[in-house]
Amino acid sequence: MRLFQSIIPASVLMALLTACGGGESNVESGNRDGFLHYGNGAEPQGLDPHVVTGVPENHIIRALFEGLAVKNPITLEPEPGVAERWDISDDGTVYTFYINPEAKWSNGEPMTASDYVWSWNRALHPDTGSLYAYMLYPIVNSEAYSKREITDFKQVGVKALDDLTLQVTLNAPTPYFLQLMDHYSSFAVHPETLLKHGKMTDRFTPWTRVGNIVSNGAFTLDEWSLNRRIIIKKSEHYWDRDNVALNGVYFYPTENVVSEERMFRAEQLHYTQVVPLDKIPEYRKRGNTSYVQAAYLGTYYYLVNTDRPPVDNVLVRRALSYALDRDTLTRTVLQETAIPAYSITPPDTLGYNPPKLFDYDPAKARELLAEAGYPNGEGWPGLEIIYNTQEAHRKIAVAVQQMWKKELNIDVTISNQEWKVYLNSVSQRDFQVARRGWIGDYVDANNFLDLFITDGGNNNTGYASDEFDDIILNLAPKAKSRDERYGLFYKAETMMMNEMPIIPIYTYTSKHLVHPSVEGIYPNLMDSLNLKYVKLHPGRSLYGEAN
Amino acid sequence: MLRFIFWRLLQAIPVIFVVITATFFLVRSAPGGPFDSEKAVLPEVKRALEAQYKLDLPLHEQYIAYLGDLSNGDLGPSFKYPGRSVNEILGSGLPVTAELGLYALSFALLIGVLAGVFAALRPNTRQDYIPMGMAMIGICMPSFLLGPLLVLIFGIYLDWLPIAGWGDLPGDKILPSITLGSAYAAYIARLSRAGMLEILSQDYIRTARAKGLPEWRVVIQHALRGGLIPVIAFLGPAFAGLLAGSFVVETIFQIPGLGRFYVQAAFNRDYTMILGTTVFLSTLIVFFNLISDVIAAWLNPRLRAQFKGGA
Repeated sequence: MRLFQSIIPASVLMALLTACGGGESNVESGNRDGFLHYGNGAEPQGLDPHVVTGVPENHIIRALFEGLAVKNPITLEPEPGVAERWDISDDGTVYTFYINPEAKWSNGEPMTASDYVWSWNRALHPDTGSLYAYMLYPIVNSEAYSKREITDFKQVGVKALDDLTLQVTLNAPTPYFLQLMDHYSSFAVHPETLLKHGKMTDRFTPWTRVGNIVSNGAFTLDEWSLNRRIIIKKSEHYWDRDNVALNGVYFYPTENVVSEERMFRAEQLHYTQVVPLDKIPEYRKRGNTSYVQAAYLGTYYYLVNTDRPPVDNVLVRRALSYALDRDTLTRTVLQETAIPAYSITPPDTLGYNPPKLFDYDPAKARELLAEAGYPNGEGWPGLEIIYNTQEAHRKIAVAVQQMWKKELNIDVTISNQEWKVYLNSVSQRDFQVARRGWIGDYVDANNFLDLFITDGGNNNTGYASDEFDDIILNLAPKAKSRDERYGLFYKAETMMMNEMPIIPIYTYTSKHLVHPSVEGIYPNLMDSLNLKYVKLHPGRSLYGEAN
Repeated sequence: MLRFIFWRLLQAIPVIFVVITATFFLVRSAPGGPFDSEKAVLPEVKRALEAQYKLDLPLHEQYIAYLGDLSNGDLGPSFKYPGRSVNEILGSGLPVTAELGLYALSFALLIGVLAGVFAALRPNTRQDYIPMGMAMIGICMPSFLLGPLLVLIFGIYLDWLPIAGWGDLPGDKILPSITLGSAYAAYIARLSRAGMLEILSQDYIRTARAKGLPEWRVVIQHALRGGLIPVIAFLGPAFAGLLAGSFVVETIFQIPGLGRFYVQAAFNRDYTMILGTTVFLSTLIVFFNLISDVIAAWLNPRLRAQFKGGA
């Protein structure tokens, strides 16, 4: 009986295990068949370019669709996409796009300029409710149209001059306009396909499903298993198909970052969306590493509610900022995966460098605090930092709390809030100090500075300055040269940072694990990956050269 | 018997109705809404979105409209996944979660009953203490610890099994099933030990032994049927629990089941999805409880007699 007792469970387990065997890993089979296995971070909300927002969506949509202009994967400068070339008028307000006659929808139909007119009407239409409608606001009358102030789309500055020529008229020269053409909110959708499944402005139709969707990018949708995987395959009709090396891509909704890293180690993935912070030192130690880190167009900062004491006093805000040792913070807590930040705009944003008005200076911080009426922290009324529940935010908040205690002798409480509760607190301005991050939609300082225009939806600090608004809304758009424009930004940013409505903490980096068999993934500021350029080299293994 | 089933079903209706109503108003009273995002949403966009999802109606009208749709079996569109209905999402996740739950339960039964029966045969000896000690550890060990531990051993060091996925690679269903089933195996082991101990001390078992039957026949033919009644009674709620509680395992192993949607829906304030999953799972729980009561009654001659008399 006793023998029986130990043999049965053991033999069941062995039978289960041997039934499966080692088998071929995803990376091995993928390298052989030309399929990339891509950790995508989460299940996309959907694949309708005018409905969704978010990074996982972006990765898939930009493989299925292509914009008029695309970003060079290395320099991020605009390159021909659907448009084979474009002209910009001398005053910089009229763009004429010449559509590549070879540009086709995945059903083989040619792309036309009127597809863009129809699609931008949809993207801007108030009933569609596109959260990114504002990306097209540089176009004449587009804002009025999307706010229902005008209802005739003909008044919006988009015109199909003929089948292959699209003319776009802007309110003001917008140096980043071509970049916006590579953002999915400006992509064309196939009008007949959408209308087959519902109205133009419908958000709920199944037009993006396998078998229904018609797209125009380097890949087409082949399988979409909810929360399991999405498979795309190389398109037969894409104009530049000869330069597409991959036969397809598997996207996995890898929400659990720890599992994602383990999947990478077991060669179930070629590429991970992120890397758990505590694994990074291990990958670095190995040398010749698959760990890839690059500066990223985003800033992590603390929002300050300038109407709530004691941070309504600019001296207090400055004292808090001077007392933060960002170098130590990024080196220790963040494992050198972040760059200390002293302003809102990340450094070298297409040649623009923000002012650095202060540095870590505890003596100066104490002086400022004393001047504000709290010498050595005496009489300090207390302060609360809120953040959305996440371990990384907690660690930073704890470090900040300790630094302020040590340098300024003030007590600060930290409280976490569930994501939507936190969003609610921030938008209702029910906080003193709140953690915040901003990731740029396009590479331009404007995308960071216009957060702080008076009563702007993302301002949330109470910062208000007519002069600042004037520069951002009126003067900078009309600047004649890049230097003049950057000069104006510098002035505005200096003005704002002197008031310190935010306490900048660090500039983000992107962090990925990339299998050695993958080529053509270039680290860049936008963490922008064009799968069209990716190649796989069979025979390269994670653990040294091929077996 | 039929009357018993009928009555139980009738009792279930108010229970489910209360669940729907409470959930409907609770989710809407939580701070933050489905369209709040880190980037400010333009007021006109927000209005358009609210109109598309009928959130611009007064609360009581929304409630009545929801009940109307529900009576037609329509759980509404998901807020988080535009273009997908809650019915469709549940439909895609349920087979996966059910399959996972079934494997986990089979594993739990196999290991649990074996361990429990062996332990009961020699109570208070090493043969009892070792499996029961392990069962205690199994109950205490949370799946977020056991899962990664199994992955580390069988997925990474031994490289025998895939570490994530569901039906993508051969053998990728084994580790999640064991992880999810372990706690239940442990619980079943304790239940079957207790059940068997009670039965083994009964007179009819003593009679069977006195007649000279071999021990295995005594156990399998006579004792098991009665001894496993507590286990059977536990199976219904256990399976419902497996369906509703697979979130952690689904997250660790990247399994496209219901659990992930259920938990994320709450974080996303995906009202229809929260309601849909809650209604669906509470119905399942009621249903499985009913089934296990019926089976337990059928297995237990004393209860069966009672029903016969009553009906």
